[in-house]
Amino acid sequence: MDLLKEFWLFLRERKKFWLLPIIITMLLLGLILVFAQGTAVAPFIYTLF
Amino acid sequence: MYILGISAFYHDSAAALICDGVIVAAAQEERFTRKKHDAGFPHQALDYCLSQAGIGPSQLDQVVFYEKPILKFERLLENYLAFAPRGFSSFKMAIPVWLREKLFLKDLLCKCLKKHDPGCPWSERLLFGEHHLSHAASAFYPSPFEEAAVLTMDGVGEWTTTSLAVGRGNRLEILKEIHFPHSLGLLYSAFTYYAGFKVNSGEYKLMGLAPYGEPRFGDLIRKHLVDIKPDGSFRLDMSYFDYCTGLTMTNRKFDNLFGAPPRKPETALTRRDMDIAASIQQVTEDIVLKLVRGISAETGMNNLCLAGGVALNCVANGKVLRDGCFEKIWIQPASGDAGGALGAALSAYYLHKDKPRAVVSTELDGMQGAYLGPFFEQNEIERRLQSLGARYSVSSDAELFETCAGLLAEGKALGWFQGRMEFGPRALGGRSILGDARSPQMQSVLNLKVKFRESFRPFAPSILREDLHDWFGLECDSPYMLLVADVVEKRRIPMDGQQQALFGIEKLNIPRSDIPAVTHVDYSARIQTVHASTNPRYHALLTAFKARTGCPVLVNTSFNVRGEPIVCTPEDAYRCFMRTGLDFLVIGNAVLRKEEQPLWREADDWREQFALD
Repeated sequence: MDLLKEFWLFLRERKKFWLLPIIITMLLLGLILVFAQGTAVAPFIYTLF
Repeated sequence: MYILGISAFYHDSAAALICDGVIVAAAQEERFTRKKHDAGFPHQALDYCLSQAGIGPSQLDQVVFYEKPILKFERLLENYLAFAPRGFSSFKMAIPVWLREKLFLKDLLCKCLKKHDPGCPWSERLLFGEHHLSHAASAFYPSPFEEAAVLTMDGVGEWTTTSLAVGRGNRLEILKEIHFPHSLGLLYSAFTYYAGFKVNSGEYKLMGLAPYGEPRFGDLIRKHLVDIKPDGSFRLDMSYFDYCTGLTMTNRKFDNLFGAPPRKPETALTRRDMDIAASIQQVTEDIVLKLVRGISAETGMNNLCLAGGVALNCVANGKVLRDGCFEKIWIQPASGDAGGALGAALSAYYLHKDKPRAVVSTELDGMQGAYLGPFFEQNEIERRLQSLGARYSVSSDAELFETCAGLLAEGKALGWFQGRMEFGPRALGGRSILGDARSPQMQSVLNLKVKFRESFRPFAPSILREDLHDWFGLECDSPYMLLVADVVEKRRIPMDGQQQALFGIEKLNIPRSDIPAVTHVDYSARIQTVHASTNPRYHALLTAFKARTGCPVLVNTSFNVRGEPIVCTPEDAYRCFMRTGLDFLVIGNAVLRKEEQPLWREADDWREQFALD
């Protein structure tokens, strides 16, 4: 819940409400990936993420 | 007021503790876990910081993480959106990591901190700083300047890749930023990858390789890859890079531009690789110099502070200094992300808590020579050596410096373990391997027998500060080995035409000065000035060596082998000593001779423990 609250505050602060539907879609897609995949292996390149 | 800074979960995790604005302790987790660039939560570094201060976890007033994960997540999502559907391969790697862990970083941090004290209300004490603000704070607050311009440059933080800030008293304000994907750090890393070195650790090899080559690709880079504006701001042509959407740094278009695929790691280096290195080094220097001149014109300030991974490019730093736009420059020795832990703590103290800042001295900075890590008392050292079964003799200080100076003058390589461990990537005479800089063989002996690393890489000199002008073309302190300058003319040995024509390592093997072990092929050297005020024991050793030989310069390289973190404890030092071709080891006042030690046996090949860097 804390995270959702923080995300909402963040969207309000940065005035990025347009991101909301995209975030939801991407998160859903991401969740599918999490369940489809055994382990989350951190990639080897620079710390872009 | 105790504030703990933490950097973790990306690379080089570290903890740093400050008390009322004074740095008490700072260390990278890799030194304790023995895993190079360890990215895990810095449990052991945190324990060390608390024990150094003599406090318990609940006495920490604030804990500050060095960046803001949600801003980073925003950047990731917007980046994937901008390139969709091309970035799917990267997306499917990144998103699970985020959904499982990084998005819940606050919870994760609290969980980790609870292991140190389950009853403490950690979430109330937790703060998050911005990545580049943490870098800027790590550069400005410990600097000896009341006011300064601050330039930070690295791969990427949340959005920012380059920032310009102005610091005055306890205030630090970011004025300008360059945002991802336009990044000088990532441009340099792209070439590191292309030259066959490991991204995020091989950048300094590329820098070391550059003096062998000719910058013949410089114009090509400027024409196609990066558009540099007169004020130093820049834009990359992303069609040549893969890092936004793929899992490599460069793409086929990049290969076509340079006419070949990336060099395979560990294969022989060619003249072309050296030319590539020289070219990107030249372009990097060009950008940094333009940025610095722009900042000088805009702020009118006399002092400059630098931080961020690109600030470890000591060749560029040396050029900034000689350019003379700023009277003085100061570079944070832990300029990489580990230093972000320190900056996060300092920014919380001065900016969030609005505490006053007093610059103690215009000569000495607040980093205490970067000797901020663990220290071992003599009786503790001996207890540990005895439990290892090591054979050693103990000398008084005066005897020790004389003995060591004598051994070094005989051409012996010496493990030198004294005082507190350094914070940051450089060994500065606390956990160092030392050798005679006058010896023409020392460079290859150390590289091949001791460090087990590529022989093209030169070593750095440590020199008594008071003798600096007599050996190098540098007029200011360089206590953190972050400035490169040339050996003075009178110490050089000119190369004849035949020697000039030699190529690569063969050229390095020609003695080019009175101190060939630390002189690069272009007569440059990465200098550490040694000061009696910050490292009296190392200063005393150099003084004894000078009295014996007339030379106040020693080779100083980090106490580790290739791929291994720098040693932290006497046990680490003994292990490294026994595994390598080191002749002597000095820990505190204990002197160990290799031939007196019991036979060293290991079940497995230790080289396999350390992935090549």
